[in-house]
Amino acid sequence: MPKDVTDVICPFCGTLCDDVVVTVSDDNKTILSVKNACAIGAEKFNHQRLPGRVKRPRMRQPDGTYKEVSYDEAIDWTAKMLVKSRKTLMYGWASTSCQAMSIGHEIAEKVGGIVDNCATVCHGSSLIAIEDVGVPSCTLGEVKNRADRVIFWGCNPAHAHPRHMSRYSIFPRGFFTVKGHKGRKIYCVDCRYTDTAKCADTFIQVQQGFDYELLDAFRTAARGEALPDTVGGVPKEKIYEVVEELKGGRFGIIFFGMGLTHTMGRNHNIDEAICLTRDMNDFTKFVIMAMRGHWNVTGSGQVLGWQYGFPYAVDLSRRDQARHQTGETTSVDLLNRNEVEACFYIATDPGAHFPINAMISSSKKPTVTIDPHINCTTEISDVHIPVAMVGVEVGGCAYRMDNVPIETRKVVEPPEGMLTDEEVLTKINNRVDELLAKGGA
Amino acid sequence: MSEYIIKNGHVFDPVQGIKGDKKDIAVKDGKIVEKVSSSAKVIDAKDKTVMAGALEVHAHVAGPKVNAGRWYRPEDKHFDSHKKPGITRIEGGKSIPTVFKTGYEYARMGFTFAMEAAMPPLYARHVHEEIHDTPIIDEAALPVLGNNWFIMEYLKNNEVENTAAYISWLMRQTKGYGVKVVNPGGTEAWAWGLNCLTIHDPVPYFDITPAEIMTGLMTANEYLGLPHSMHVHQNDLGNPGNYKTTIETLQLAEGVKPKNTFGREQVMHSTHLQFHSYKGTNWGDFESAAKEVMDYVNKQKNITIDTGNVTLDETTTMTADGPFEHHLHGLNHLKWFNVDVELETAAGVVPYIYDPNISVCAKQWCIGLEIALMAKDPMRCFITTDHPNAGPFTRYPRVYSWLMSKKVRDERLNTFKNADKVIGATYLANIDREITLYELAQMTRAGPAKCLGLMKDYGGLKAGMNADIAIYDINPDKFPSDGPAIEKAFGNAAYLFKDGRICVEGGKVVDMGQKKTFWVDAKVPENKQVMHDVREKFLRYYSVNENNYPVPESYAPHQHIITVDATKA
Repeated sequence: MPKDVTDVICPFCGTLCDDVVVTVSDDNKTILSVKNACAIGAEKFNHQRLPGRVKRPRMRQPDGTYKEVSYDEAIDWTAKMLVKSRKTLMYGWASTSCQAMSIGHEIAEKVGGIVDNCATVCHGSSLIAIEDVGVPSCTLGEVKNRADRVIFWGCNPAHAHPRHMSRYSIFPRGFFTVKGHKGRKIYCVDCRYTDTAKCADTFIQVQQGFDYELLDAFRTAARGEALPDTVGGVPKEKIYEVVEELKGGRFGIIFFGMGLTHTMGRNHNIDEAICLTRDMNDFTKFVIMAMRGHWNVTGSGQVLGWQYGFPYAVDLSRRDQARHQTGETTSVDLLNRNEVEACFYIATDPGAHFPINAMISSSKKPTVTIDPHINCTTEISDVHIPVAMVGVEVGGCAYRMDNVPIETRKVVEPPEGMLTDEEVLTKINNRVDELLAKGGA
Repeated sequence: MSEYIIKNGHVFDPVQGIKGDKKDIAVKDGKIVEKVSSSAKVIDAKDKTVMAGALEVHAHVAGPKVNAGRWYRPEDKHFDSHKKPGITRIEGGKSIPTVFKTGYEYARMGFTFAMEAAMPPLYARHVHEEIHDTPIIDEAALPVLGNNWFIMEYLKNNEVENTAAYISWLMRQTKGYGVKVVNPGGTEAWAWGLNCLTIHDPVPYFDITPAEIMTGLMTANEYLGLPHSMHVHQNDLGNPGNYKTTIETLQLAEGVKPKNTFGREQVMHSTHLQFHSYKGTNWGDFESAAKEVMDYVNKQKNITIDTGNVTLDETTTMTADGPFEHHLHGLNHLKWFNVDVELETAAGVVPYIYDPNISVCAKQWCIGLEIALMAKDPMRCFITTDHPNAGPFTRYPRVYSWLMSKKVRDERLNTFKNADKVIGATYLANIDREITLYELAQMTRAGPAKCLGLMKDYGGLKAGMNADIAIYDINPDKFPSDGPAIEKAFGNAAYLFKDGRICVEGGKVVDMGQKKTFWVDAKVPENKQVMHDVREKFLRYYSVNENNYPVPESYAPHQHIITVDATKA
């Protein structure tokens, strides 16, 4: 008899929906159907049973083809690579559990690795801004229960965080928001008319690259100062009107995404958005939140935070001190400057997201990728170690975009004999210990 | 397990009333015993001070706001981030050290237990992840309840049994230790950008006052018979003239009787009292109200306090008192972090520089010391820095040096830039008292252990208690006269035994011990209404499902559960 697993956490995006229902086969091996998840989330679960999944580690041969090897062989190769390399980039972590990250950091400390996560090409600029000016924020339940002014700035949850709007930000009826959508005023600021903009009461089309100026104009208007006729393509009357509406709300929130973090101005855009939020607190309650992408990229920042004090790009290559400097210890810059001797990728696909020059540099170095699936990165790796899918075939802690930790659930068994991230990392850690005790690789 | 005998040390143990006499302490199987076999390893403690391991009663060392402080302040790592000798991991940070450093530093100072002072229930998993990664010391965490919707709704109708049943449920879900209250009502008001500055300000919508919340929680706490009392961070923290609210809050304990099986005698622990003992009407005429507050504390026996000593450092303030952090940001304009937590609480973080050249900071420094020096019963007054709010916990040795030597503190007091102004607004210059080693053991060991309901195992050196022992390089007959020497001795324990294992030797970490996580399982009669309310709140208002709320066992692999039974209450 197929059975339903309830309260399942979706391991796709930072929204971390925890109400998914998955029907699994009687033998706990196959996922039959997925309810409540969005199309992307459901696909993530359905991947589990796709034919052609790699079930054993593969090692690149001199002729360029892959050959299946044992886990032990792959782990030994990886440990030797880590011990031999004086500086290894250990990038990824955004799609694995916090428990696995902890083991990875222990390895990095021993071999002098640089631990970085995908914030480095995503919300890293938000983190820099927070290091500059702090951030007034809240949990997503606060938005659901209180928010009556919601701004989406440079983000498109309709596509990137599909259930965000129905669970937290636009439609739900909360304690003080009994009218749901009708009780909220929704704003969308973007350079394009997105599907999120279609849900908004007010769409503000900002000229591309002028977000900083527009944010600054909002601050100016909030203080009642004079504005030029248009700012970033938006007429001043519109800006004054929106600011007055925001002030008239009881609880406002700004959600922002890549449209702010990776357009002209980058971290300065976020600085300005945070300062606007701060200013608005002189008139009403206002908060701001980054729309984090990968389901556990926030978790990587948290674990790095409590272990080393920095949220990403943590250089442990000195072995007695952790360092963090954007531009110096960040992955893309390290690769572009050819500063690392080996690459260790886990639970993220830099091949699909890094600039081409960085990946060309990476492809010339000994590389290991730990990932459940074949992806762009596995194809330039010397060794690919497939693992169980975290959040589907094994549980573990993850942090939502508002930093709320949720323990993901195991819904089905992984393929026979397949190891988890934690198991693979523990074995690598032990092998590294053995090699170091013997005096190196 | 190995046996030890600690010979010839000067023992200070308030539990047995030993005041520096030479006495041998025997250790076997993690406990202190009457005697050990001749094969026991001998530790020579000649000319040294021997005390039980110290207990931290209130510090912010694990959890979401602590971590926010860590990663939004990369600059904090510049002050102190080098690896020290010993078998340690990388250490980082000064006012908000990483978890590894937190464990090592406490151990080096002779601590074996720390209470995380504010755990937002929704973030309990995070708190426990950090506690899990903090080496050596035992820890527990207090869930914050003073602005919780369930609590406010039940207490508005005087439903003590429902309140208690909810507390019991929540502590099981979060693996929590007791009842923490932070700016009762004020933090909920902050969700609308407001605050409750007196204990009679009604909470928006919930229509209950802070006084009613605190009285109700005290009653529920004693109904359950929890090991620790209600632990309160009062309203109107940090404002001139707040001492009246402080005394009014303390008066709420009058007539409330402790009821528990742990030997605890207080019904309210009022934390970081320094921040609540201010006279004056603004920062210009700001002065100490330590005398007024301590006169009341000294005569009211069913309350305990901790000091919240300002250490005159650059630090990172963090509290569930959300409106206060916004207010502080308005004063110093440094970066402001805030998070409001649905149905439960909020938190804020703002860096702060306690500059000795600013008279307000110097006066705060005086007030913290005055509170400890005016305390008539050292078993009810504990030394804290409200880490990291008034200063990092790593400054305890320096705080001890100020308290234990009038010479050392007068040197500091008289060299403030505005010394005359500071002396004129405080009592410190006229206080001659020096805290003795025995009193220090009361204020940092036996006292906090009793207050936390842990006196059976912690805070003393009696046979049967945990073999948590700190040995300091201090000869009580030749007590050091200069500050740095006192600091060095208390900052680098000659030995630290944790559960009978030597974890620190000569100030170096040599063993990770086996840390335990404490939590309290309070049994109450089945309560269908509360379970119905829980279900409804999760269905309608929380952003996580009820089944994803509890902290799983794996987060506290070495858990120590204290069980209380209130089913017959």
